[in-house]
Amino acid sequence: MRMLSQRTYRSSTDMTPILDITFQLTFFFMLTLNFSSDIQSDLIRLPASDIAKPAEGHLKASITIQTLASGLVLFGGDQMAIGALRGPLVRERRTMRKVLGHSVKDITVIMRADRDVPAGKVQEVLRVCQSVGFQRFVLRARMHEG
Amino acid sequence: MTPMIDVCFQIIIFFIVNMRIILPEGDFDVTMPRVMPTASRTAQADDIPPDAAASAQLPTIHIHLYADKNGNLVGIKMGQRSIGSFRGLRRQMREICANDQGPAAAVASREVKLDFDYNLKYQYVMEAVSHISGYLTDDKRTVVRMIENIKFGTPRRSR
Repeated sequence: MRMLSQRTYRSSTDMTPILDITFQLTFFFMLTLNFSSDIQSDLIRLPASDIAKPAEGHLKASITIQTLASGLVLFGGDQMAIGALRGPLVRERRTMRKVLGHSVKDITVIMRADRDVPAGKVQEVLRVCQSVGFQRFVLRARMHEG
Repeated sequence: MTPMIDVCFQIIIFFIVNMRIILPEGDFDVTMPRVMPTASRTAQADDIPPDAAASAQLPTIHIHLYADKNGNLVGIKMGQRSIGSFRGLRRQMREICANDQGPAAAVASREVKLDFDYNLKYQYVMEAVSHISGYLTDDKRTVVRMIENIKFGTPRRSR
């Protein structure tokens, strides 16, 4: 008796589109992820404001100084006391002038300070910046609706 | 192909876990009192006469913020007049700007000097700067700028 041959059908999924999507996502995250906390540290909780001018694009040259709630200053990835800030600022000013050609009068100091830090400490930091020659200052706030 | 997809998912999960959501931030311009040159630090910085251009403008508005020993705000004064809250401060600034023929005129000509106790928490200073600088219209879409020349005074230690 002739046995009917049984054909088994196997379906296999084409994995290429999944790989494409996966690579797209990977490239997206590779391009957008920023590990640096030099200019936006998670340790700092900014005060909120509903009318602060948006930060993007309106500053020609800038440096960011972050003041923690403890009173320590975060600059260039290092934590330091306010008294120790002058040296790094002088080096930064020199670098910006030699490498980027920015005069100290064109450089804006962006102050990101924790909302609970004593305001006098923030002012001390700004005075140190002034003593190095910086003249423009902005205070950064977190924007919130209403 | 499966191991390749596994590796790709591992990489994606790594990036997703390390992703930080950054909230939008905004800036306020401030002016610091000028610092005397190092050789002659005999006077307070505030005693330096203002620029000739500034002296030709309308009188400076003086605002004082007072703190308790914990750094919390306990009082606001505009000149000698006490103001109960930041909303009241903004209302006063709006009246002043209206008298100066509109917010646009005040932006250019008025200067506010902000004094505060040394230990006052920074968030109160920023709130004051925010309420002095402008306000949102009723539809919450437009920002009307009032004062952009905000100067910090010399910080004073609490009593």
